[in-house]
Amino acid sequence: MSQATSAPVASAVKAKVKVSVEGIGMIFKRDGTSTSVLEDINLEVAEGEFLCILGPSGCGKSTLLNTIAGFLAPTSGRVMIGGEAVRGPDPRRIFVFQERGVFPWLTVEGNIGFGLFKLSKEERGQRIAHYVKLVGLQGFEKAYPQELSGGMKQRLEVARALAVNPDMLLLDEPFGALDSITRLIMRGELLRIWEAEKKTIIFVTHDIEEAVQLSDRVVVMSARPARIQQIVEIDIPHPRDISAPRYLELRDGIFEQIGLAHKV
Amino acid sequence: MNSLSQPAKWEKVFWPLVSASLLLVAWHYAVRYSGSKIFPSPLDVQEGMAELVRKGVLLRYIADSLRRVAVGYLSAAFLGIPLGLMLGWFPAASRVVNPVIQMMRPISPIAWIPIAIIWFGVGDAAAMYLIFLGAFFPIVVAAMNGVRNVPSMFRRAGRNFGLSQMQLLSKIVFPAAIPQIIIGLRIALGIAWLVVVAAEMVAVDSGLGYLVIDARNSGKRYDLVVAAMLLIGGIGLALDIGFRSLEKIKSVRWGFRYES
Repeated sequence: MSQATSAPVASAVKAKVKVSVEGIGMIFKRDGTSTSVLEDINLEVAEGEFLCILGPSGCGKSTLLNTIAGFLAPTSGRVMIGGEAVRGPDPRRIFVFQERGVFPWLTVEGNIGFGLFKLSKEERGQRIAHYVKLVGLQGFEKAYPQELSGGMKQRLEVARALAVNPDMLLLDEPFGALDSITRLIMRGELLRIWEAEKKTIIFVTHDIEEAVQLSDRVVVMSARPARIQQIVEIDIPHPRDISAPRYLELRDGIFEQIGLAHKV
Repeated sequence: MNSLSQPAKWEKVFWPLVSASLLLVAWHYAVRYSGSKIFPSPLDVQEGMAELVRKGVLLRYIADSLRRVAVGYLSAAFLGIPLGLMLGWFPAASRVVNPVIQMMRPISPIAWIPIAIIWFGVGDAAAMYLIFLGAFFPIVVAAMNGVRNVPSMFRRAGRNFGLSQMQLLSKIVFPAAIPQIIIGLRIALGIAWLVVVAAEMVAVDSGLGYLVIDARNSGKRYDLVVAAMLLIGGIGLALDIGFRSLEKIKSVRWGFRYES
């Protein structure tokens, strides 16, 4: 196991550091026993980078993302974003949950406009229209989430996040509840939006293929207590051919890293 | 028809009518063959009701009962919903107040009758107070649990968008709790209707509850007793059906059906 103490930013992305995770440790105390969930996590994310955090279920990658979002305070270490220490949630970095994160009591328009309460009515309307279009929900402006499919709800949540014009999106297994065909379409949509909107994205997943298809770099986490096991740079330009030798080589490398034989 | 098939529209009306008619027929013949002199047959009840209409008391009694329910129930809602929201929102407050509420809740409003009469005298106010008591606690508890059960994900999303505490309460917690509050309001309305009848038996001299007790006391008019009972049942059902239509409003419907 290679102990990554300081992970260099991918050379392909020649941008300044957006996020720097400095020696994060997290210990949960429950019923008198304490569980170490994260141990000495050091990580830098470049501005505009698409970073995937990959690890087995329950390893603590979600905890790491919640710490970066400011929902959880780490037991030790700190998270710096744009030179400031993270002290709590902030509209400049929006967290995207699984599909049930959209507000069921609001329409599509209401959800997208949710974070825009400081704008004038006219400006809000324009933003809503723009993001309805960007995620392809035209014609569903007045629909409620329960009338939408899983994939549409997920696009709605991404639109709601983007509408407040954040610098970063933090996605926590956002496609985990979708069927495999919808998931594939959603990956393409997310990449299209990422290229159009130039946001820094941190994307948590337990799906190796998903990580290799989407990201500039894949951070492979170990089982609990989570440490960074390896950081893999995915040096394939988009759109990626998922049967190309380089793709398969990178994917298989991660499979081996995690300790899985890729045979069913 | 099996249990999975959707009933057609006419069936929703037809089958209840069939069962009601069967009940009436059984009732009619039961009274006839038993030769009861006291228990009224459906036809006696119908005549009794016609008599009440002729005397002009029926509509007045119904209006009186409904008015008492409206005042008692609405004041319970206006006080109970904000209190419940607050108790759900501030756990410290609920630790202080909740034991008292849980202690008061199982006391039947009927048990309050003597005290209500001391405080409000024999009259409308006492009846309304009893209705208020019956409706208040279920509403408070529903609003409180509604707030507590708001998924933390929604609160996090709200905080993420930079909402203040007040905005979090008004834009996230309240709308997310509404379906549970509606359920509480519906239960409370049922209780209010139960209580008005009991309250009118002791505290006032009008209304459907009064009609039941008065018809018995003044000349054993069991046709009027049963007529009043049927009206109480029918109006209670109508109130409940009316309330259920609230659950179909689109912004709250998510809370009543399992999402696919």
